[in-house]
Amino acid sequence: MTQVSKKLEQVTVLFAGDSGDGIQLTGTQFTTNTALYGNDLSTFPDFPAEIRAPLGTIAGVSGFQIHFGSVDVYTPGDRCDVLVVMNAAALKKNLSRLKERGTIILNTSGFDKRNLRLAGIEEGQNPLLNHSLEGFKVHEFDITKLTRECLKESSLGTKDRDRCKNMFVLGFVYWMYNRKLDSSIDFLKTKFASKPEILEANVTVLKAGYHFADTCETFSNRFEVKPTKMPTGSYRNIIGNQATALGLIAAAHKSKLDLFYGGYPITPASDILHELAKHKNFGIKTFQAEDEIAGICSAIGASYGGDLAVTASSGPGIALKGEALGLALMLEIPLVIVNVQRGGPSTGLPTKTEQSDLLQAVYGRNGEAPIPVIAAASPSDCFTMAYEACRIAIEHMTPVFLLTDGYIANGAEPWKYPNSSDLADIKQSFTKERTEESGAYLPYKRDEKLVREWAIPGTKGVEHRLGGLEKDKESGNVSYEPENHEYMVKIRAEKVDRIADFIPKQELDSGSEKSKLLVLGWGSTYGAIKTVVKELAIEGVDVAHAHIKYIQPMPKNLGEILANFELILIPEMNNGQLIKLIRDQYLVDAKPLNKIKGVPFEAREIKAGILNMLKQ
Amino acid sequence: MAEAKDIQEEVQKLTAKDFVSDQDIRWCPGCGDYSILKQVQSVMPELGIPKEDIVFISGIGCSSRFPYYMNTFGMHSIHGRATAIASGLRAARPDLSVWLITGDGDSLSIGGNHLIHLLRRNFNLNILLFNNQIYGLTKGQYSPTSELGKKTKSTPMGSIDHPFNPLALCMGAESTFVARALDREPKHLRNILMRAEQHQGTSLVEIYQNCNIFNDGAFGGFTDKQTKKENSLYLEHGQPLVFGAKEDKGVILDGFEPRIVDLTNGEFAKEDLWIHDEKCRNKANILTRFFDDPSNEGALPRPFGIFYQEERFRYEEALNEQLDTVKELKGVPDLDKLLAGSNTWEVE
Repeated sequence: MTQVSKKLEQVTVLFAGDSGDGIQLTGTQFTTNTALYGNDLSTFPDFPAEIRAPLGTIAGVSGFQIHFGSVDVYTPGDRCDVLVVMNAAALKKNLSRLKERGTIILNTSGFDKRNLRLAGIEEGQNPLLNHSLEGFKVHEFDITKLTRECLKESSLGTKDRDRCKNMFVLGFVYWMYNRKLDSSIDFLKTKFASKPEILEANVTVLKAGYHFADTCETFSNRFEVKPTKMPTGSYRNIIGNQATALGLIAAAHKSKLDLFYGGYPITPASDILHELAKHKNFGIKTFQAEDEIAGICSAIGASYGGDLAVTASSGPGIALKGEALGLALMLEIPLVIVNVQRGGPSTGLPTKTEQSDLLQAVYGRNGEAPIPVIAAASPSDCFTMAYEACRIAIEHMTPVFLLTDGYIANGAEPWKYPNSSDLADIKQSFTKERTEESGAYLPYKRDEKLVREWAIPGTKGVEHRLGGLEKDKESGNVSYEPENHEYMVKIRAEKVDRIADFIPKQELDSGSEKSKLLVLGWGSTYGAIKTVVKELAIEGVDVAHAHIKYIQPMPKNLGEILANFELILIPEMNNGQLIKLIRDQYLVDAKPLNKIKGVPFEAREIKAGILNMLKQ
Repeated sequence: MAEAKDIQEEVQKLTAKDFVSDQDIRWCPGCGDYSILKQVQSVMPELGIPKEDIVFISGIGCSSRFPYYMNTFGMHSIHGRATAIASGLRAARPDLSVWLITGDGDSLSIGGNHLIHLLRRNFNLNILLFNNQIYGLTKGQYSPTSELGKKTKSTPMGSIDHPFNPLALCMGAESTFVARALDREPKHLRNILMRAEQHQGTSLVEIYQNCNIFNDGAFGGFTDKQTKKENSLYLEHGQPLVFGAKEDKGVILDGFEPRIVDLTNGEFAKEDLWIHDEKCRNKANILTRFFDDPSNEGALPRPFGIFYQEERFRYEEALNEQLDTVKELKGVPDLDKLLAGSNTWEVE
């Protein structure tokens, strides 16, 4: 059957089902395929904190949203065009996220009595029967039955057969968007290399889903979202945590240091450890410590020994590392601390996203303890900023905080990956051996950047003692001298301030300095702000956007930029943190726009905030 | 080779003085720490290790000032975490000789978790645990090794904390070298320090150390001339467990129960006694339980020396072996390949 393809500019698909339905796998497979097809894209996986949340319930629903287009895509999309649901709970939870007249693809076997009850849908309110879905384009099939049907020859048990049903859905959606199956078949071949029966079953069902879509005459046409016109280059798909890990590896490779990672598993940061552990051929030492404190302390030990040392965690874990952060700062040794932020306080919302650890990173230590803080704006930007964190740590002999969050850490996008030769050099050198004639070694003597030397054990003639007690300004010996302490506090602050000379100047991401309003963002709100500002420009509303990636110290010209605007709006996924720093440092009357719901901003929410501010 | 020879010659020339730093020592006069410091400084030249390859790491507490007084590399870190820092250092630098200085509060209270994990991982380093059964630096509160009922500023009615038996704890944590020494027995201490450095793995040496300000005489039973021989049992591999001022008492193992026997009445001879075997985990476990209050009638003597020693793989070696294996398997790392991953596309 030949069908015409209907061309679409952009589409948002939300896959949703029970956490055991393989939704995340379906989503990531569709993402890889979409990326290879050449679309720009952005994803948002959303899953319960429980590994096996109660089956069939709303709490157990796992979702994966992907927004792709022939145009530039910066967010996973506000509301979706297509909602794929495997059971009643998934529909109930996500129906409000579907656009009017949107498409629903639905597995009817997930709407039996039991599933309806588990989803908390009252008897007689079955959405398949009560006309509540009128107004949507609903395509319903018994996917479970169809899957069993095509595996009736298979020797697998019912449970294993049923687990293939996500492949049916994937095949079905591939057909809808005119895709080839190769990338997923290759993936399955690798994943199930040692389990030929499961491999065969999955491939069979994947193909069956594809052919079923073709022959069932559900759609009068297929859809095509043409490849995006992206800048020339080589691309791959990348997930935020993976990008962070690659950035760390690249920095170690370029600086010719061994990479040491000490950490304790925590959601949503663990994938950094997993990714690093995969690439041990790069000489990466990963150390799963007994707790968060040992994670950072082992990294301090490794850095003291001359490795590029890193620890990563999320809010509660970072809180535990606080004292050790102070030690690293006193020792003035390189250390990278990644905080993949999640909803807080306390255990908070482990699998949900938030930007609420900014002030913790900037201020969260005893004493006057300035540590540079930088933040990534998107999944692929995690690479750039992880690399930057290492560069600053090594070149300025300081611990450095890198902030990402659950949203970009788990989200994916196409990445024009760099050539290793194009990466910035990282200047690194250990102190050389000294003879007695050269006099006493002064470990806290500083260069013009106020940076001391990295004098590692094993270096003859530079034996010295470090510690957390206040140090004499040159010898590093313990000093309780009042003048010395004040001097050291100021010099440690000045050292961090001077990093501003070695970071890029702030630029406007879009809009001009003549605009009335500036949207000032940081971190993962980048995509949503970018989308809105572009949209508004088309609608004739002139708004500027600047995104801060270097937060402590801030770019030297930020104050000048801010001075150009009458209105400044700061959207954050917290109760107002960057805004405190901006008001404090620049005395500007910036206004907050806050969302603290564990989910990222939708573009329309920011748009409303901007329009509201312009109206006043 | 010539270079190696030079280093060797230079190392041979080192004396205890070369390990004395230029810092004034700030321990209280009469503190047991002085004696330990002196023994450590005098043992160092005998190790045959260049000074720059030696690192002392400590936590917080009186004993943890130690690194400042050693003219080697050193770090006075934070409370309880020297163990974790030293682990990271060994993982990064298996070429260094790492010495960890800690106290009963530092390692058994605030740093208890890191201590047990370090022991099971068996990083090759030496832990000197200065046990004075009191918090000195915070001016005299009870510690996790203080005896039950101890009256201190924080326990005016007496402590109701059952104390740790540190060596039994270390055995339970899969330690591969467990020893006990005393600040007042310098020669014995030196021998133990040498053995600790020779042991490939985590060497745990508990050192009874007198705090003459807040807990004076805590170990008097084992150090006072009149009582020490009656209360102490010096362990030697392959030798029978004999003690007493006149070497007139021994210990036999009666089933699982250690029993003190009289060597003077002809019933038992030295050959009948428990022969110390450092390699025997079961016996070492029982030995660490020789923990009676020496003032009690019929108390078992407190053992000093090496309780247990076992050869077991070191974490840092296994770590590096894994890296070598994967390097062999995957070949020279190619950063560009890694950045590209397995699925790429070109935009023209």
